[in-house]
Amino acid sequence: MTIELAELEHHLEEAPGHPEERTNRRRWMALGIVLIVWAVLAKLLQGRNTQDLPNAELTGFQQWLSDLFGNVQEAKFNGSLLLQPFVWISDTLNWVVTTLQQIFVSDPDRALDTAQIGWLGVVALVVLVAYALSGVRIAILSLVTILAVGYLGYWEDSIDTLIITGVSVTICVLLGIPLAILMFRSSRASAAITPVLDAMQTMPSFAYLAPFALLFGIGNAGAVMVTLVYALPPLVRITAHALGTVSPTTVEATASMGSTSRQLLAKVQLPMSRRTIIVGLNQTVMAALSMAVIAAFIAGPGLGLPIVRALNALNIGVAFVAGMCLVILAILLDRAAVRAGQRAEMTARSGSSERQRWIVLGVLAVVTLGCIIASRSKLRWSIFPESDIGQQIATRVNDWTKAFTDAAGSLTEWVNDTATVWVLNPLEDLMANSPWWLVALAILAIAALLGGAGHGERARVISGAALCTAAVLAAGYYAAQVPDVAWIPYWLVVAALLAVGSYLGAAEALLPTAVCLTLIFGVGLWQDSMVTLSMTLVATSAVMFFGVVVGTWMGRSHRVDSAVRPVLDLLQTMPSLVYLIPALALFPPGKFLAVAAAVLYASPVAIKIAADGIRSVAPTTIEAAQAIGSNRWQMISKVQLPMSKGSMVLAANQGMLFVLSMVVIGALVGGGSLGYLVITGFSQDGFFGKGLAAGIAITALGIMLDRITVHTAARYGRAERA
Amino acid sequence: MTATIDEPGVAASTDGQPALTVRNLWKVFGPRADKIVGSPDADLSRSELLAKTGCTTAVRDVSFDVAPGEVFVVMGLSGSGKSTLVRCLTRLIEPTVGQVTIDGEDVVAMSETRLRELRRHHVSMVFQHFGLLPHRKVIDNVAYGLEVRGVSKSERRSRAQDMVDLVGLSGNENAYPDQLSGGMQQRVGLARALAVDPSVLLFDEPFSALDPLIRRDMQNEVIRLHHEVGKTMVFITHDLAEALKLGDRILIMRDGALVQMGTPAEVVGAPADEYVRDFVSEVPRSHVLNLSWVMRPPRVDESMTGPEMAPNTIVRDAARRVIDSADPVRVVENGQLLGVVDQDDILRVIVAEETPS
Ligand SMILES: Nc1ncnc2c1ncn2[C@@H]1O[C@H](COP(=O)(O)OP(=O)(O)O)[C@@H](O)[C@H]1O
Ligand SMILES: [Mg+2]
Repeated sequence: MTIELAELEHHLEEAPGHPEERTNRRRWMALGIVLIVWAVLAKLLQGRNTQDLPNAELTGFQQWLSDLFGNVQEAKFNGSLLLQPFVWISDTLNWVVTTLQQIFVSDPDRALDTAQIGWLGVVALVVLVAYALSGVRIAILSLVTILAVGYLGYWEDSIDTLIITGVSVTICVLLGIPLAILMFRSSRASAAITPVLDAMQTMPSFAYLAPFALLFGIGNAGAVMVTLVYALPPLVRITAHALGTVSPTTVEATASMGSTSRQLLAKVQLPMSRRTIIVGLNQTVMAALSMAVIAAFIAGPGLGLPIVRALNALNIGVAFVAGMCLVILAILLDRAAVRAGQRAEMTARSGSSERQRWIVLGVLAVVTLGCIIASRSKLRWSIFPESDIGQQIATRVNDWTKAFTDAAGSLTEWVNDTATVWVLNPLEDLMANSPWWLVALAILAIAALLGGAGHGERARVISGAALCTAAVLAAGYYAAQVPDVAWIPYWLVVAALLAVGSYLGAAEALLPTAVCLTLIFGVGLWQDSMVTLSMTLVATSAVMFFGVVVGTWMGRSHRVDSAVRPVLDLLQTMPSLVYLIPALALFPPGKFLAVAAAVLYASPVAIKIAADGIRSVAPTTIEAAQAIGSNRWQMISKVQLPMSKGSMVLAANQGMLFVLSMVVIGALVGGGSLGYLVITGFSQDGFFGKGLAAGIAITALGIMLDRITVHTAARYGRAERA
Repeated sequence: MTATIDEPGVAASTDGQPALTVRNLWKVFGPRADKIVGSPDADLSRSELLAKTGCTTAVRDVSFDVAPGEVFVVMGLSGSGKSTLVRCLTRLIEPTVGQVTIDGEDVVAMSETRLRELRRHHVSMVFQHFGLLPHRKVIDNVAYGLEVRGVSKSERRSRAQDMVDLVGLSGNENAYPDQLSGGMQQRVGLARALAVDPSVLLFDEPFSALDPLIRRDMQNEVIRLHHEVGKTMVFITHDLAEALKLGDRILIMRDGALVQMGTPAEVVGAPADEYVRDFVSEVPRSHVLNLSWVMRPPRVDESMTGPEMAPNTIVRDAARRVIDSADPVRVVENGQLLGVVDQDDILRVIVAEETPS
């Protein structure tokens, strides 16, 4: 109790002479000065040295990337030895996907392009598998879902999406579990793989597209590859974690009986972490589904295509129907995975119902076989019946949207205009339309003030920071002077500056920020990146507002928490592309729409982290604060929020990465900037290089934001512990 | 085991080769731990060593023998190195320096394979927090040791069923561990350890996590099993009452080092130092000491007509007759008079309990 009281008093009094508080205050003052100077200079120098690059132009580096695309395709065609593994992998994947498509979707060798197994057989198979894995309820849910997507008019697209997701997840499991075991067993492997997983998880989905299209080609193989790479990290990470947290006593007890390490793994560690592994698998399935539709941009088959097309055409009704198919598939997969995890345990325990289950399974299997045979022989069992339900709904939705726009359009337009004029544009002016050197310096200063510039000797840190700054300025200068030449030696000098700066002592947030800014200059997309960054910051502020408000509300009341959490869970199972649809229904296409979708997409995760942070404030501390006589507002503002600062920064971190990922997807509905370049990279001849460069810039932005917030969180963590 | 408080100083049945020998065993945790033993640093206290080198000496130069069939108790406060010591015996923790011999074989020198054989056939262990496999039924938990040995399913099931019956869990063989109470779970742990028919059983505070009443049941269970199967046991505890109840001999540890080793009566009757004295000060001495600890040579004027009693009679059991008898009781063994005990001698023991020094 005494400790809690002491801690509490520390927060209540804000001891003015405390050294930590003093440096904190100095830091905030410095931050304020940086912002003011930046704003004033930006106003004075508006429009100069912005490094703007017209959409139709490519820098030398981007041109080189575009040519690389052509060269790689040609080299593959000519049988280059270096690229053989990629050719081999993409051939195999193409074969697998095509074969599955022939079995389940359509086979050109059959009459009328019917599939080997027609819709009736597929429905029966889906129900059979759902029953075997997840029981009666999920079997019924799967029947309803699969029929619904059929009647809504997206039978083939849905099956295609399931095939891409299924193949990717299967490979994820085959690769991910051994990888996790390797990480668990060898700390060296773990140390090598963890940063890669970190980087993969900070990479927005859009950034994956171009490099994988380059190596594996567009179409089925590329789609499977991006999907599987995007979906792999959660499974690996959670499995390794689960293996490492198996009760040490049990491991010791079984080791004491003379188990070999293989027996330990097979009989103890894997079975005991099964439940957690299934959680990881669930996340992987959801990530895969989300990415499988984004793979539409590299010609991946499935539901992504109609959604993207409808969004492009601003046809909300059609986008809504296709999106709904995607959402109900997502809910089905999520429920099925959760149930499968619970059930495996239950059936193992209740021996009695086991027999009944086998009987049902046997009957279902026979019925399925019958359905498959029927679906191969009769056309009406093979081709899904025509239905215009989907179109009707689409029309209805379009009518409603129009009615809504007529009624409330002036309001949403006002919101859109106000936010654009008063928030988005000024920030864009500040970041993208003022001199590049000013913005770069400001970002470096903010990163250093928030997340630190390094540890160790002061003089070394300062000189390291100076070198890093010099490197960024050199990179920016060169990018501004000669945007059409990629002169390697010059960039080597820049890299050397960074290396020496890092050797001297630049670290923490400053060094990664400098590296990322250099990269952005290097790929020649400074202005577009700054536009994207400004949108990201606006959306993140809104996300954090919701995160703190709703999170505090949830964290303080179990009742609110149990009411809101399921909604957040549901929102989180929705694939990212879907979020554009309601945003498009509300707001006119443009940057604000992308920001709104991003806020919608990123809020659930931020709210959850914030709520957990508030909740984790020790109950004894709360009790002590109550005993002192704090009122509700004092409790929130002086105890709960300050004590969960670390969680709030973490919420900002996750929220920011989600926002960035969505802001670029928002290019589909007028978000512009980097995301737009990614899309044109695939749709316009010769622009591949610019798309790939935009992917690199997006990744650089993601890593930069991640590093700054992580180091800020670490600082707060230190301050909280001190 | 209750009748084990024999002649002080002599371990139970020391004839033949000991079941387990430990010589100059050290375990140092921390960086470059192997460099500590033998250097002047080894003589530093725990906190000094930790401050200087970052290492902790968990076990410090411990040696002892355990006779076949003996129940050997290791006792000490939490952190005194008991768990580390017992894990060093089968190299669940690798000893830093020292020798461990089980059934005449050098454990430290064993290869991986040989060590696994030892764990599979000769030594099993019971843990404080049970360490059961939550995804397996009781019977399959018990059969685990046989399973990793490669015993066929039907054979190991029937053997496991015998063990389940032996520890009094008949009818629960198809339950899962989380459906059982703590005491029952530890019975499963016991059955699992017994199933491989080991020659040595190790217990690391097996009952510390249990309620007092259940703990007493389990202690009696161990006593019963010891009578039935007669295994050599090394039993770790921090509870002196448990040590006195179960142990043929007790080893007391402090900060990793051996402080005293002896029978319960020796430990209670002649504590080696303040630490042990503190430990045993709360023990009712009359429950532990026997007449050989309170008798004295007869005075010349004393009557020699009192009743005869054996020297290993516990004071508490002898008290009534000594006090009732007008003459001092004669302590006689093999027809030889060892000494006498009168009312005052008995009262001195009992009164000392009431007014602790
Ligand atoms: N893996 C380890 N690493 C470092 N120190 C350890 C480790 N295991 C135990 N110790 C230390 O060794 C000492 C003895 O621990 P332990 O054998 O668990 O004591 P006991 O079982 O008597 O409570 C303690 O000070 C403990 O902190
Ligand atoms: Mg212990």
